[in-house]
Amino acid sequence: MLEVRRLSADHGQLRAVHELSLSLEAGRAHAVIGANGAGKSTLLRAIAGLHPPSSGSVLLDGEDITREPPELRVTRGICLVPEGRRLFASLTVEENLLVGRHRAAKGPWEPGRVYELFPWLRERRRQPASQLSGGEQQAVAIGRALVANPRVLLLDELSLGLAPKIVRQLYELLPRLLETGMAVLLVEQDVSQAMRVASRVQCLLEGRTTLEGRPRDFTPAQIEAAYFGLRTEKE
Amino acid sequence: MIAAIVQGVLVGGTYALVACGLSLAFGVMRLVNIAHGDLAVCGAYLALMAAAGFGAPPVLALVLVLPLAFGVGALLQLTLFERALRGGELAPVLVTFGLSVVIQNLLVTGASANPRSLDGGAFALAGFEVGGLTLSWLRTAGFATAVVVLGSLHLLLARTGFGRRVRATADDPEAARLSGVRVRPVFACVAGISVATAALAGMFLGLMSTFDPYSGGLILIFAFEAVVIGGLGSLWGTLAGGIVLGVTQQLVALWDVRFAVLAVHVLFFGVLVVRPVRA
Ligand SMILES: Nc1ncnc2c1ncn2[C@@H]1O[C@H](COP(=O)(O)OP(=O)(O)O)[C@@H](O)[C@H]1O
Ligand SMILES: [Mg+2]
Repeated sequence: MLEVRRLSADHGQLRAVHELSLSLEAGRAHAVIGANGAGKSTLLRAIAGLHPPSSGSVLLDGEDITREPPELRVTRGICLVPEGRRLFASLTVEENLLVGRHRAAKGPWEPGRVYELFPWLRERRRQPASQLSGGEQQAVAIGRALVANPRVLLLDELSLGLAPKIVRQLYELLPRLLETGMAVLLVEQDVSQAMRVASRVQCLLEGRTTLEGRPRDFTPAQIEAAYFGLRTEKE
Repeated sequence: MIAAIVQGVLVGGTYALVACGLSLAFGVMRLVNIAHGDLAVCGAYLALMAAAGFGAPPVLALVLVLPLAFGVGALLQLTLFERALRGGELAPVLVTFGLSVVIQNLLVTGASANPRSLDGGAFALAGFEVGGLTLSWLRTAGFATAVVVLGSLHLLLARTGFGRRVRATADDPEAARLSGVRVRPVFACVAGISVATAALAGMFLGLMSTFDPYSGGLILIFAFEAVVIGGLGSLWGTLAGGIVLGVTQQLVALWDVRFAVLAVHVLFFGVLVVRPVRA
């Protein structure tokens, strides 16, 4: 469904993502893990259209969308839940969802469904988003992306700064999304949650892929080595 | 005294009308538009041209000037402001300062430096009596227009889908794009509204007193002061700020006309000292 081919992305002189390739299938979750600064956010931003890549391409259903702006990719069904939530702080919860609805594709998701998913949100829908806790904001950020009915959902560090219990609750959602045929690309520093739901895992180190495959095919030691760049074996 | 206060309130409405566009452009795009006052003066000159060219009375001139001003604002945003805003904090200030100088020079070349005024006809001179006070129809109409425009803008921003997208974009343009909002047209519309309200206010100012190609500077300063006194980011605050300015000016003028404008600036500094502006 989504294919990334030999994508490179720079911040000035610094190459943050180095000839990276990956492919995503409908109904599957693909996890990209890596330490802080590995280039995960830059990768997702390039896929969403916020960061123009230096080379390589992004394809959706075989069509090259590398040069398309993010607002057009939304209508094609690519939605990013950005790192740090990035809610519209002066808007209410409901207004945040309605903005997410602006260019929505047809599909099952609308604000009512989001309130069913997070029942406590319904009572708080008239509150400014800035008054919510981190976990609640993350739920709204996910909701804001879902109401656009994406076919590919990009999640940047869902767990960042949240309590383990909240993180677990948010991750419990993912299988339900995958069931509907949505493809999910999730990026994490926190490896354990991501490995549990993902059918493929890809480890980044300084913008390069150091490991890729099915999570169960790797031992924790192998993951650790790829994550931190320890040289346990020859390439 | 009461008469001065009432006059101040009425004039303050027009100050708020100039100020709201400035506040909007800053609130949404972080654009400090130094040329805002000059654009208002352009509105007055355009009305003058409409009057001279087609014999259009000021009310009819509105129909011509407002859409034109909206278009000019949108075009300025797409060609000039947009690039300036990408160039860091100082670039927009320098670019709009340059635009201000360009507008002033064009006006001097095209219309000479002589003071002008718009002829509002009998309406502009007539007044009516309420409880022993004589109010000018023109100033009352200016105030009513300001209230209607600010109220409509408030409703537009607070209640419509477009307004919601404007506020979302003001909060976080990148996140807005990720929700499918096309930010450029949103900004172009906001700039259009900003310049159109400036032109409207400029026409009222032109009806109430004389103007020349350099009048924009003082108009800009008054608009800044209204925004700062009223508090950034609130249209009703801007109206209140404009009224405070107008009333101060009129009250001090009772005592000595020469100090009226100075008093307004002193008040502004006072407010800044007590409550510094936070970004
Ligand atoms: N806006 C930016 N300007 C300059 N360098 C950046 C910027 N954002 C990220 N970088 C650099 O790019 C590299 C990758 O960053 P990022 O994609 O945010 O990594 P991750 O999300 O994996 O933590 C880091 O070295 C970071 O310092
Ligand atoms: Mg990151």
